[in-house]
Amino acid sequence: MQFLALYIHWPFCLSKCPYCDFNSHVRAAIPEARILAALRTELAFEAARLGPRRLASIFFGGGTPSLMAPESVAAVIADATALFTPAPDLEITLEANPTSIEAGRFRAYRDAGVNRISIGVQSLDDAALTFLGRNHSAAQAMAAVEIGRDIFPRASFDLIYARPGQTLAAWRAELATALAVGLDHLSLYQLTIEPGTQFATLYGRAAFTLPDDEDAAALYDATAEIAARFGLAPYEISNYAKPGQESRHNLAYWRYQDYAGIGAGAHGRITIGDQLIATRRHRAPEAWAGRVEARGHGSVEEAEVSADERAREALLMGLRLAEGIDTKAYAARTGRALIDTLDPDILDQALLAGYLEATPDRLIATAEGRKRLNSLLTALVR
Amino acid sequence: MKPPAQSDRSADTARFFDYDGSMTSTPTELIRNFSIIAHIDHGKSTLADRLIQATGALTAREMTEQVLDNMDIEKERGITIKAQTVRLSYPAKDGKTYILNLMDTPGHVDFAYEVSRSLAACEGSLLVVDASQGVEAQTLANVYQAIDANHEIVPVLNKIDLPAAEPDRVKQQIEDVIGLDASDAVEISAKTGLNIEAVLEALVTRLPPPVGDDTAPLTALLVDSWYDQYLGVIILVRIKNGRLRKGMRIRMMSSGAVHTVEQVGVFAPKLRPEPDLGPGEIGFITAAIKTVADCNVGDTITDDRHPATEALPGFKPSIPVVWCGLYPVEADDFEKLRESLGRLRLNDASFHYEAETSAALGFGFRCGFLGLLHLEIVQERLSREFDLDLIATAPSVVYRLTKTNGETMDLHNPADMPDGSLIDHIEEPWIKATILVPDDYLGAVLTLCNERRGHQVDLTYVGNRAMAVYRLPLNEVVFDFYDRLKSISRGYASFDYQMDNYLESDLAKISILVNLEPVDALSFIAHKSVAETRGRAICAKLKDLIPKQLFKIAIQAAIGGRVIARETISALSKDVTAKCYGGDISRKRKLLDKQKEGKKRMRQFGKVEIPQSAFLAALKMDA
Ligand SMILES: Nc1nc2c(ncn2[C@@H]2O[C@H](COP(=O)(O)OP(=O)(O)OP(=O)(O)O)[C@@H](O)[C@H]2O)c(=O)[nH]1
Ligand SMILES: C[S@@+](CC[C@H](N)C(=O)[O-])C[C@H]1O[C@@H](n2cnc3c(N)ncnc32)[C@H](O)[C@@H]1O
Ligand code: SF4
Ligand SMILES: [Mg+2]
Repeated sequence: MQFLALYIHWPFCLSKCPYCDFNSHVRAAIPEARILAALRTELAFEAARLGPRRLASIFFGGGTPSLMAPESVAAVIADATALFTPAPDLEITLEANPTSIEAGRFRAYRDAGVNRISIGVQSLDDAALTFLGRNHSAAQAMAAVEIGRDIFPRASFDLIYARPGQTLAAWRAELATALAVGLDHLSLYQLTIEPGTQFATLYGRAAFTLPDDEDAAALYDATAEIAARFGLAPYEISNYAKPGQESRHNLAYWRYQDYAGIGAGAHGRITIGDQLIATRRHRAPEAWAGRVEARGHGSVEEAEVSADERAREALLMGLRLAEGIDTKAYAARTGRALIDTLDPDILDQALLAGYLEATPDRLIATAEGRKRLNSLLTALVR
Repeated sequence: MKPPAQSDRSADTARFFDYDGSMTSTPTELIRNFSIIAHIDHGKSTLADRLIQATGALTAREMTEQVLDNMDIEKERGITIKAQTVRLSYPAKDGKTYILNLMDTPGHVDFAYEVSRSLAACEGSLLVVDASQGVEAQTLANVYQAIDANHEIVPVLNKIDLPAAEPDRVKQQIEDVIGLDASDAVEISAKTGLNIEAVLEALVTRLPPPVGDDTAPLTALLVDSWYDQYLGVIILVRIKNGRLRKGMRIRMMSSGAVHTVEQVGVFAPKLRPEPDLGPGEIGFITAAIKTVADCNVGDTITDDRHPATEALPGFKPSIPVVWCGLYPVEADDFEKLRESLGRLRLNDASFHYEAETSAALGFGFRCGFLGLLHLEIVQERLSREFDLDLIATAPSVVYRLTKTNGETMDLHNPADMPDGSLIDHIEEPWIKATILVPDDYLGAVLTLCNERRGHQVDLTYVGNRAMAVYRLPLNEVVFDFYDRLKSISRGYASFDYQMDNYLESDLAKISILVNLEPVDALSFIAHKSVAETRGRAICAKLKDLIPKQLFKIAIQAAIGGRVIARETISALSKDVTAKCYGGDISRKRKLLDKQKEGKKRMRQFGKVEIPQSAFLAALKMDA
């Protein structure tokens, strides 16, 4: 039976963070009953066309899924495990914001079946949290992390670094404090200016500056070095874990395996028959729900992913991983030999420069290569 | 001499076609044709605004600042690039209503050809002088041209609203330096509108009316032209003799092309149809002309049935001083580039082009310009108006080369320079430059001229200002002399030049290599005494201009096989998307597809992308 990763999008937040371009909407009253009903309808719709699958992971992402009532989470998990065959080690992650109200629901989420929590701490510095538009303090965030660590078998949190004015020393100290909490997984993101966000406007007006490529590289190198001291390795560009503690759900994306995405704005890559289909749901929650109610699903686009497209997608995702790309799996998934999708000159140069490493059955971007992956990819694809 | 703003165009065109009225034409005694000439920024276009407003040609609502500068590039840069013609109607104090044809001209030296053509269409000039600045180099250059064109000249002192204005001192200057009687100069503020009426009266009372014979065979001077998608070529004409009517079969005397006039009209400043144009009038015609080559500025248009025997004197052709190669980024765009250059040339007679090929860049054109600003403007117009992506090679002047076998050649592109052993000697072009500068900055200006291998010809004083005449090699001037002059004199020095002669010189070709591959488009020629310094400066500049890339890049300058400078651009240290999850794949893949396409289209030199801007910027030496 083929594996499946299931993504569920909760498209609401209490407020919009100025850096964030995720599909999140602020509503005076979240129409939870309607959204939940629509999620369950979509889940049934996907199950019907996917057929029997071994369910490897469920991920409640957002937005802020920790705004969901635990009963809603429980209902979705119950449906999913009934419609598919849950793997024995089924991973169920929920993204949470670290306000006290949400931390108060952690126990109930655990009871609903969630076994992994991912908390958006973002920073351990209150001034930075204000700059990032967060409505919690560092102390509140760490309290939530401790509750999460005690309640869930697995816990992780997110930090954003390379913030305006952040020094190398300050980031080292902040990160060391974060790692001292003793978790087995962290997501550490370099602050990115996403088009259309409030930060994009401010940055465009030069309201603040960001580190240049060399400073960013130094911050990135320091991140890996300090994480290593605590036994965490960078298994993906921005994700660090002790061996075996990687997010299995996210690995499915990077390994370019099947995932179904339901909820407003969710994307999916699902195999139906001998085709790989890309699915995309309507982004606006109410419009999405309306479509689901009318025809059972809220997709606005379902398109076959061609062999060439699969080849590029698998490449750009796979080289993000420290384990690199399994060339056999790549060929089976994309219908293209990896070597045929690469520019041979650039491949040679990149091997020589130490950006890439080739073994008999894998192609791996080294730490140096991963740091420059965007330029490497543009040069490398043919 | 350019089409009205795009937005007005379609409405005007519609009205234009509807017209079938008739009008009696104006006797020449009631016509005054004049150019507004001045140094750059002395307020010509602002004065034109006031004249347009004072005569009610545009309502307050229709007015904008420098309303005649309607190209986007002109508005953005705040300078006039194209000369512009407007017909105004003015009821004078003598009770008669006059037709005033105003031609606003550019002040920058690179657009001097626009000025000379405007002058040929008029009998008089308003010489505008900024009363706070005084006479500047282009004031002189332009007024001498107007005197050569037998113009009656009315001096106008502008900006007298400024506290720094010194009208009396400037009048004295006009008399001393130009030798023009300034006692009747009109003192105005084009900004506030002060004394505009006096300018209008001076035009009527002091300028001569045009002369011409209504009954003689038609002779009309082709002053300017441009391409309209719907109407074909639109031609700006000045009628000397005879009458140009709708429906008439006209002949271009030099090209021999024959066309039937479809429309006749004037700019007021909106397009306004007229049944015909008579002697002394300035207006436009269309004749469904699709062949750009049929229209050459300076040509004489005559009546095909009753042709004139002799053509008008026409214009001296402009002589480009700086050349560069223009190549389409996408080889498929070559034909589109050819057509675009043709259309641009229609509207810019000082721009020259001819096809050429380059080993590295494929098919393209060698293009000649009156200066670096002109070159920049043409490149920008090509990309904006014709939506073309171009590669421009580093600009160069034309060298004269004599080979050991006695053959001579004109070298436009340093890449074409033959091997040193085949060259007997090379000559380079020299100019004669006139620089006006306040005393305080004279020392710095003389140092600059000497650094640039200049020879002083003359140095005179007018009050506290010096006028230095220098002979300078053109290749020391063309790239950044003007910028440097402005910066060392805090903007107070002004500059004008004419081509002088060619002299033998000790020159070397400096090649630029990127990752050991020579980049033809970046090679240049310099005097041996400065070759090494220039080579080092260019390598250092390229290091800043070429963005870091995936692999490190070696930049070298070499003379023959000898490397004289090198720089290394280190590899990009970090460039990776921080977050990439299931929802990002499609977007990231599409971005990659697009970048890949973009890369395929980008010309690469030794696998290195060199941004377009680097080719020109590299040659500008800053101190
Ligand atoms: N104070 C003051 N400023 C003026 C006056 N006339 C023009 N200016 C300013 O001078 C600057 C140049 O004016 P333009 O009319 O564009 O000058 P121009 O001679 O047409 O310039 P080019 O066409 O580029 O040679 C503008 O900023 C005008 O606002 C004036 O009478 N008084
Ligand atoms: C879906 S969001 C987090 C969910 C949750 N609502 C929260 O804010 O805590 C996933 C993570 O992406 C990271 N992130 C979002 N926008 C980012 C940006 N512009 N630059 C860097 N990291 C960003 C943040 O660390 C965030 O926690
Ligand atoms: S960062 Fe999290 S809380 Fe902030 S807007 Fe984005 S999804 Fe919502
Ligand atoms: Mg002007």
